Amino acid sequence: MRYLPLTETDRQAMLATIGAKSVDDLFKDVPEAARNSASIDLPAHKGEMEVERILSGLAAKNVSAGSVPFFVGAGAYKHHVPATVDHLIQRSEFLTSYTPYQPEIAQGTLQYLFEFQTQVAMLTGMEVANASMYDGSTACAEAVLMAHRVTRRKKAVLSGALHPHYRDVVKNLSDFADYELDLSAPVIDGTEDLIARIDDKTSCVVVQNPDFFGNVRDLRAIADAAHAKGALLIVAVTEIVSLGLLASPGEMGADIVVGEGQSLGNPLNFGGPYVGLFAAKQKFVRQMPGRLCGETVDAEGKRGFVLTLSTREQHIRREKATSNICTNSGLCCLAFTIHLSLLGEEGYTRLARINHANAVKLADQLAAVKGVELVTSSFFNEFTIRVSKNARDVIDALADKNVLGGVRASRLWPGEASLDDLIVVASTEVNTDEDRAAYAAALSEVLS
Amino acid sequence: MSGMNRQGRSSGPGDAGPSVHATFTGNKALAQEEALIFERDSGACGVDLEEPQAFEDRLGGNRRKGLIGLPGLAEPDVVRHYVRLSQKNYAIDAGLYPLGSCTMKHNPRLNEKMARLPGFADVHPLQPQKTVQGAMALIELVADWLKELTGMPAVAMSPKAGAHGELCGMMAIQAALEARGEGETRTRVLVPESAHGTNPATAALLGYKVDAIPATEDGRVDVAAFKAKLGPDVAAIMLTNPNTCGLFERDIREIADALHAVGGYFYCDGANFNAIVGRVRPGDLGVDAMHINLHKTFSTPHGGGGPGAGPVVLSDALAPFAPLPWITTRDDGRLKFAETEEQVAALGGTSFGRMTAFHGQMGMFVRAAAYMLSHGADGLKQAAEDAVLSANYVLASLKDVMSAPFEGPCMHEALFDDRFLKDTGVETLDFAKAMIDEGYHPMTMYFPLVVHGAMLIEPTESESKASVDLFIATLADLAASAKKGETERFKGAPFLAPRRRLDETLAARNPILTWSAPLPAEAAE
Amino acid sequence: MSTIKFTEDHEWISVEGDIATVGITDYAQEQLGDVVFVELPEVGREVAKGDEAAVVESVKAASEVYAPLGGEIVEVNDVLDGAPATVNEDAEGAGWFVKMKLSDPSELDNLMDEVAYKSFVAGLD
Repeated sequence: MRYLPLTETDRQAMLATIGAKSVDDLFKDVPEAARNSASIDLPAHKGEMEVERILSGLAAKNVSAGSVPFFVGAGAYKHHVPATVDHLIQRSEFLTSYTPYQPEIAQGTLQYLFEFQTQVAMLTGMEVANASMYDGSTACAEAVLMAHRVTRRKKAVLSGALHPHYRDVVKNLSDFADYELDLSAPVIDGTEDLIARIDDKTSCVVVQNPDFFGNVRDLRAIADAAHAKGALLIVAVTEIVSLGLLASPGEMGADIVVGEGQSLGNPLNFGGPYVGLFAAKQKFVRQMPGRLCGETVDAEGKRGFVLTLSTREQHIRREKATSNICTNSGLCCLAFTIHLSLLGEEGYTRLARINHANAVKLADQLAAVKGVELVTSSFFNEFTIRVSKNARDVIDALADKNVLGGVRASRLWPGEASLDDLIVVASTEVNTDEDRAAYAAALSEVLS
Repeated sequence: MSGMNRQGRSSGPGDAGPSVHATFTGNKALAQEEALIFERDSGACGVDLEEPQAFEDRLGGNRRKGLIGLPGLAEPDVVRHYVRLSQKNYAIDAGLYPLGSCTMKHNPRLNEKMARLPGFADVHPLQPQKTVQGAMALIELVADWLKELTGMPAVAMSPKAGAHGELCGMMAIQAALEARGEGETRTRVLVPESAHGTNPATAALLGYKVDAIPATEDGRVDVAAFKAKLGPDVAAIMLTNPNTCGLFERDIREIADALHAVGGYFYCDGANFNAIVGRVRPGDLGVDAMHINLHKTFSTPHGGGGPGAGPVVLSDALAPFAPLPWITTRDDGRLKFAETEEQVAALGGTSFGRMTAFHGQMGMFVRAAAYMLSHGADGLKQAAEDAVLSANYVLASLKDVMSAPFEGPCMHEALFDDRFLKDTGVETLDFAKAMIDEGYHPMTMYFPLVVHGAMLIEPTESESKASVDLFIATLADLAASAKKGETERFKGAPFLAPRRRLDETLAARNPILTWSAPLPAEAAE
Repeated sequence: MSTIKFTEDHEWISVEGDIATVGITDYAQEQLGDVVFVELPEVGREVAKGDEAAVVESVKAASEVYAPLGGEIVEVNDVLDGAPATVNEDAEGAGWFVKMKLSDPSELDNLMDEVAYKSFVAGLD
């Protein structure tokens, strides 16, 4: 078997050294009744060619984003990732290395984590960032728990335009730990009165920007209101490219910023693996979950990097850890930082302008289609349209015409009839004039 | 004070000793120094994007003013930066990692090729489901293999890592207890002293009181002590099997039965599944929930720290509570997500909720699928047997020159302690750092906590005999050297790595977690 | 004239009047290794005997420090915030953690004096 180097001769020699007759002797502690491998009903090993054939067959049954006009967002976005990124992350020393617990032979990993932390802090306008979490939604839930620790309160106020999956992950952790949540009905146009919902029991307010429906919001007033009551403002950013053009959450007064970094360096991957971003004010650093990489020196006085402040983490604090998280998003984090390094200040900000320009073009073209109303007035690269038929049928019909036109709000908010005719549409730099024309034409047909 | 770390060990850099031949650049031939990317900022740009024509923005006045501060480099410089960084890393592709409980096996490149097929990599989780039937079928394929290998009826695929899977399993248990009306009364979770830190951290996160179970002299759960702790307030046990000492818990059925008799649930930490995969099914041992680390047993790459994946197999009792989403088959044969609590209720379940956005670590599922199909049932069984054989070979070869706390046989990992270093002046940490100079990543150290100066070695099945023999010979040489009093080899080690020992104390006392631009130098008067 | 007593958990407590100063012993700091952070309680907090009063962190471990006696925290050692190394350098002096107003000073009698503590420590290794 191609991945198993031991030969029969090797095995016999090893058994002789051990003093066992067969490998079965080594499994003597397994209860008799459980020595049951014969009842495992799975096929025998296969060569590469056959494995490729099977998996390619499954892959071929999917419509890939790059093969059709593609406008699906709602928390994961299709962007062009330069070829260099995927080549670099596949270098053995990045792909197949372990967590950098032995820093002397992991300076490659540690240095890129330090650079990543710095870049995330820069983008979000915050003072410190961790070395990534699983994804934006779990980072959001961890931020709420952190706010409870910092403020010693247990009630989180969530915006009605927070991505429902993020809301549900927060709710899941809150339910199990007996925390309180102040939820709201969905808010489509960005005009919710969050301030009225903040009181002395509030530990944090969680707002997504741009929000689920695409609205770009000024959060300064909410930040001030939260602080006045001793609460924290948590801002969730699901499209990290937006920070190339929008005022940063830090500038607006955020205490914790969480985000989804998938847009940079990482393909859509049907939902994972992604990369959670987590940044906060310096004064909260000891309450932060996740890994942190810090600068130090070695015995010869040379600058180096190490994982630090580890006593927050589960392997040391055990029951009293800030979180039970063990891994970060390693390679996805590397892809993010390489992509951002290629972009640089000039490329990143221009990429954001292109995204916005494309979204504006598309919004105007779709709004001109009979039966379509543009609902979002301020947006970055995603906006919501109201259509004259049931959104589910529209999305379905568009797919039959090979246009993936967006996400119907009702998929994420089932049971909210007021959303049944809404579609959230994303537009990035990958969309061409042809794509936009195809969408408008198909939509026009579907709605006629 | 308690919980005091009696194995307090130095976290400073120690003494450097004599210095090696210095060069102008600071480079040493192929071992090159590399500055931070911010220090290599040249103002260039590594991509070509066309500036859009001027237009009126729709940002509602929320446009960023001022610079972000990101460095700019052309592509060749970006490539050079990361290639140089990569050269400072050890990796399984380069050498053996004897890390106990990490299962650092070979990461097949076929997995990478398959994961990058556009039909898997370039599909969005919220596309219309009829356009992603192949992706959903792939998730079902992996789910079916996991269920068959473990002998369990159900599996939750969405947890993003092992620790996340632990949380999932314990949430399912808590949900099941609440459904039985016992959520308030069952407040205690039993965890062996030797458990990995994620176990008690997970239990505590869910509000449970953690009660530690002692071990016997032969390294296994003290069954009598365990039974004495049982009561109607016990929610669950969290057991690792094989345990963190590398030993199979031979009384596991008795433990499971006693626990079930008082109405508790059995959570199994599947980190060590590599020892038994294809040979033993945890379902036959009485397990109710077990997470599986795809990045351990199923070869998905460690990537310098992640991403992982931690699907959780579930018993019939826990299956109804599995987190969203579920995948079911419609009457017309099409696969469909049940993504909301209502949709799951229609299937007769009461999901405890959602653990993550979207569906789970698809990229890792594809890699695991390639690995599973390549190995097959026979290959997986052989892999487990070779892993166990190799670890026992290490144990048998080294137990006389090092010191092993438990009589063999072990499973897939061999545990040593620091008794053999007594009075040598060399500690476990120094021993490990000297391994680095010999070209090895150190083994897992100081874990499990139940022995002093622990060294946990897991060779895995992907090491050739020649590789394991050289490793054994090296450790034997190091052990002999320590006993001869050659402390200089150990105390300042590593001498030959890209960095000497790093000052972790300084890093923790004075945390510098981001780069900042140096202040402009004062102009000379 | 102050009285110094010790606990089996390696805390020292020095009483003058009804104010007690609490810290960890030199033996404890040596076992811990380099102290990198000390988490101190809030002034004004009431602690019972045996409650967690502080947490001492080294790079690789975090250890709880328990209140040897019950009382109210009246002062904490702010010096430790920027200079945790003080605990290593002078555990039984400048490296003190908290000052407490004792609720029941007579409980002191149950603790070890210096001689008893030294012999307790000798018996450990």
